Amino acid sequence: MKTVPVLVVALVPASLALATAFGSVDLGPGRLADALLGRGDEIAREIVWGVRAPRALAGFACGGLLALAGALLQVLLRNPLADPTILGVSGGAAAGALAAMLLGVSAAGLNFAALAGASIAAGAVFAFSLGRSGWNPYRVLLTGVALASGFGALVGLMLSLAPSSQVQGMLFWLLGDLSPAGDPSAALVVLAGCAALAFSQSAALDVLILGEDKARSLGVAVTRLQSIAFGCATLATVAAVLLGGSIGFVGLVVPHLLRLTGVHRHGALLPLSACLGGSLLALADTLARTVAAPAELPVGVLTAMIGVPVLLLLLAKLR
Amino acid sequence: MLEAAGLGLWAGGRELVRALDLSLAPGAFWSLLGRNGSGKTSLILALAGLRAPQSGAIALDGVELAAHRRGELARRIAVLLQDEETDFWGSVLDYVMLGRYPHSRSAWSRDEESSGLARRWLAELDLADRAAQAYRTLSGGERQRARIAQVLLQDADVLLLDEPLQHLDLHHQARVMRTLSRCASGGKTVLAALHEPGHAVRHCGFAVLLYDAGRASLGRSSDMLTQANLEALYQCRLEADGTGSFLPS
Repeated sequence: MKTVPVLVVALVPASLALATAFGSVDLGPGRLADALLGRGDEIAREIVWGVRAPRALAGFACGGLLALAGALLQVLLRNPLADPTILGVSGGAAAGALAAMLLGVSAAGLNFAALAGASIAAGAVFAFSLGRSGWNPYRVLLTGVALASGFGALVGLMLSLAPSSQVQGMLFWLLGDLSPAGDPSAALVVLAGCAALAFSQSAALDVLILGEDKARSLGVAVTRLQSIAFGCATLATVAAVLLGGSIGFVGLVVPHLLRLTGVHRHGALLPLSACLGGSLLALADTLARTVAAPAELPVGVLTAMIGVPVLLLLLAKLR
Repeated sequence: MLEAAGLGLWAGGRELVRALDLSLAPGAFWSLLGRNGSGKTSLILALAGLRAPQSGAIALDGVELAAHRRGELARRIAVLLQDEETDFWGSVLDYVMLGRYPHSRSAWSRDEESSGLARRWLAELDLADRAAQAYRTLSGGERQRARIAQVLLQDADVLLLDEPLQHLDLHHQARVMRTLSRCASGGKTVLAALHEPGHAVRHCGFAVLLYDAGRASLGRSSDMLTQANLEALYQCRLEADGTGSFLPS
């Protein structure tokens, strides 16, 4: 059982190394080694350090944020099928981003519009779910799912109105794509902050699995705990969506993979989810960049194509 | 000392408990009897501080429950709920150890003392050989005993148990009642909602009877658990079986 955490942690540098080593351009081992050490020709160095390394880190941050949010939402909603898209945040961000594209605003404006859409969705979920007696998980689920399908309709409307030249860019945004991801440092900071805050609550989250009443009777400040964890999950989802659009299945599958291998205490589950989600998305993105090179696939398509069979396998095993 | 004064409880538009005065002293083992829907669970939730009563007050050592800090209350009052989540991924020992949360808040709380205590309670409830097994693979009765072990590991002064005997076979019903009885003898306050008056007659010194429409009566078991009272409580004819217990005729 102890081998799983070691493997997961070891996968982090391995996946980042692979993501940096491979790309649409084959540098060959010699130029790659030189570039990694900061020597050799400028083009190779620029490819490795200017393009691939930030992209690898962006993939890692995005996957880590999604998996962390998924692990938190699964315990908060006591629903094994909860994942970041259930908050409606991804849908809100997508609607905002597409509206910005339709209006032809700048990249910064697009990010702002996505953030605004995500905030509206998160605000609505919070407003409808946090009552005088605390959080109501069923209301979180219902509001989130309703908002997600509402935003889905808005997205459909905008896609049908958009000139065909814009549809390609919109589709990439909707499917999840890390190619427009810029500097990943802000997302990495959010990842570290959310992971640390969630980790500090891990013992209380273990108790929350027993149900809200039982957790209260064991001395957990349940409403405060839920607020912290929902806040973390929302912030993580927003940061991930702004970086890579709507990438599915990482948040759903990664925590389950870990639970199936015997990791269940949140003190281990939360940090390992972040590590595994990050590594897997960095690897999936490497595939997305290289499989059909020089063309790039949207990484969200790959995660779904890998994620769906994994999830079905998992369900068959759980029966 | 856990005391309720002028307690009024409603649920689903029905009055369950009206103006109940109840005082649970250390060392007393109380049974809580009543028909389905008579308010046993509501009373236990209120006494545990998990639901605010519609009227009246509940105090622990003279201080209102709401004025106690949650963490402190968890070291004083433990409650076994009737329905608890069963979607737990760890071992039986991991599950029972969650009862230690009020005593050590650290994420690395698997100290030797706590796990030793947990194993002792598991042995007491006949689950010693299940400690390493996955909680999900336990039977209903075994889960119930693991849940009771978790409550006992909480080591609170007051134990409130909602149907502790549900799912248990005859042998383990008796075993749990003896364990609870020993807890009371050791100075804890114990209140258990039961459906079998025979257990109450044998082990509990005191009884609360919840009738319909908010009426309740309470006192020593020897005065309360009479055939006439129980027939009125369950609204059916009973036959004494000669051992102090009763069965519907």
